[in-house]
Amino acid sequence: MSWFTQSISGTIGKKLLMSLTGLFLILFLVIHLAGNLQLLAGDGGKAFNIYAYNMAHNPLIKFVSYGNFFFILVHIIDGIILTRQNKSARKVKYAVSTNDSKSSWASKNMALLGIIILVFIIAHLAGFWYKFKNGSLADVVYDGVTYPNGYEVVSFAFSQPLYAGFYVICMVFLGFHLSHGFSSAFQTLGLNHKKYTPFIKKLGVLYSILVAAGFAIIPIVMYLKG
Amino acid sequence: MNLKLKIWRQKNANDKGAFESYDVSDVSPDMSFLEMLDVLNEDLSRDGKDPVHFDHDCREGICGMCSLYINGKPHGPKDAVTTCQLHMRSFKDGDIIVIEPWRASAFPVHKDLVVDRSSFDRIIQAGGYVNVNTGGVPDANEIAIPKTIADQAMDAAQCIGCGACVAACKNASAMLFTAAKVSQLALLPQGQTERHTRVERMVAQMEEEGFGNCTNTGACSAVCPKEIGQEHIARLNREYIGAKAASDNV
Ligand code: HEM
Ligand code: SF4
Ligand code: FES
Repeated sequence: MSWFTQSISGTIGKKLLMSLTGLFLILFLVIHLAGNLQLLAGDGGKAFNIYAYNMAHNPLIKFVSYGNFFFILVHIIDGIILTRQNKSARKVKYAVSTNDSKSSWASKNMALLGIIILVFIIAHLAGFWYKFKNGSLADVVYDGVTYPNGYEVVSFAFSQPLYAGFYVICMVFLGFHLSHGFSSAFQTLGLNHKKYTPFIKKLGVLYSILVAAGFAIIPIVMYLKG
Repeated sequence: MNLKLKIWRQKNANDKGAFESYDVSDVSPDMSFLEMLDVLNEDLSRDGKDPVHFDHDCREGICGMCSLYINGKPHGPKDAVTTCQLHMRSFKDGDIIVIEPWRASAFPVHKDLVVDRSSFDRIIQAGGYVNVNTGGVPDANEIAIPKTIADQAMDAAQCIGCGACVAACKNASAMLFTAAKVSQLALLPQGQTERHTRVERMVAQMEEEGFGNCTNTGACSAVCPKEIGQEHIARLNREYIGAKAASDNV
């Protein structure tokens, strides 16, 4: 193995990949949320449809989206490898265990939370992303220009209580994953200092709440609007 | 006070093992936890039974030999003490106390509550040392070390290698122990010669021993009798990343 593959395949190297891919996804979620919030603009989907069209036809965004798929794959595969190793590091379990009561619930259940998010991502890609990409969207015309009407698909999906409910619940789990993941990623990078770690921890909690609530508010509002 | 103990008994590394219940009576609240076990063992020996094997040496919190997972927590219910420093006044009359060995694939059970922690020794052997010149004794304070750095190195050096961090971690990770050892030497001028090689070798050995990975849950620091903090794990990560980027070991 070259020094590089050896460095990223070791215990700290694998965590480094987790951290860097996780931080990339954290940034991605901010952009994604900013775009999605236009669904609530109250303009029948005009802002959202124009935005979605422009995103889909911007070469830079296309390039970043391939990176995004690649990074999430790395994050998932690496997460599975780490979790399997962690399980085999203790083959005989304790009969009584109370010691980790000081660790957050999220930090002890990152893999479970990750799997829930994975299920969500698959449903999300199949339900929205695929429909946006396979050319099946109806057309809508704004100011003489034709756009695919993605808004229609979203608002139909969120008018169904099951779909909207599923979406909201998944966002709660995403929030928990991030509530540990955000600050953990900095610790993995070796960034821990009394000067800024308390700030990173607070920012992580704030980020998780805002992002989870931001994504969750969309189906709630759209469902209530009918 | 009278207590009921549920203790893990296992004849040897290959035995399956099981819990056994014992009653101990007239335990003084001033006894240490290990003295309470001594009383039990005297009773067992008198009855011609095999005493419960457990590790111990200094019995004053400095050697790191004592262990025991007591009622679901390494070194028992109190923070920042080893099992030998735990007093029976931390328990109530009539309590049921469950005592298990450290559980980790890298710490196989030898007998009863005794586990083999030589994986820690091999991590130290891999790089937890400094080379020094023989000859005249250098003057004290010849090399200036800032007080804050000396303090941090001393904090890390407090690690007694007990393994409670591994025992507590849901992944049985040895990151806190290794971090303490790497930190202590990386912080000081005397540790610079082997700085890169040390962290690379110690982490490689830690992997080879089959400890788990770090999820940054912080369970280790919460049970560490010497209160080694998470900042040392961050330093270990920093040292490792720096060494991988800059060391001459290809
Ligand atoms: C948008 C989605 C996601 C984001 C933003 C995200 C973010 C993060 C971050 C920042 C970390 C902390 C890394 C560290 O401690 O250094 C993390 C850890 C983790 N993630 Fe994700 N994640 C996402 C999706 C997933 C998915 C789909 C899985 C799938 C199985 C997953 C599994 C894990 C696991 C197992 C860990 C813990 C690794 C460990 O420390 O042992 N994550 N995630
Ligand atoms: S870091 Fe703490 S818990 Fe771990 S071996 Fe050292 S003293 Fe024991
Ligand atoms: S016996 Fe030495 S630390 Fe407990």
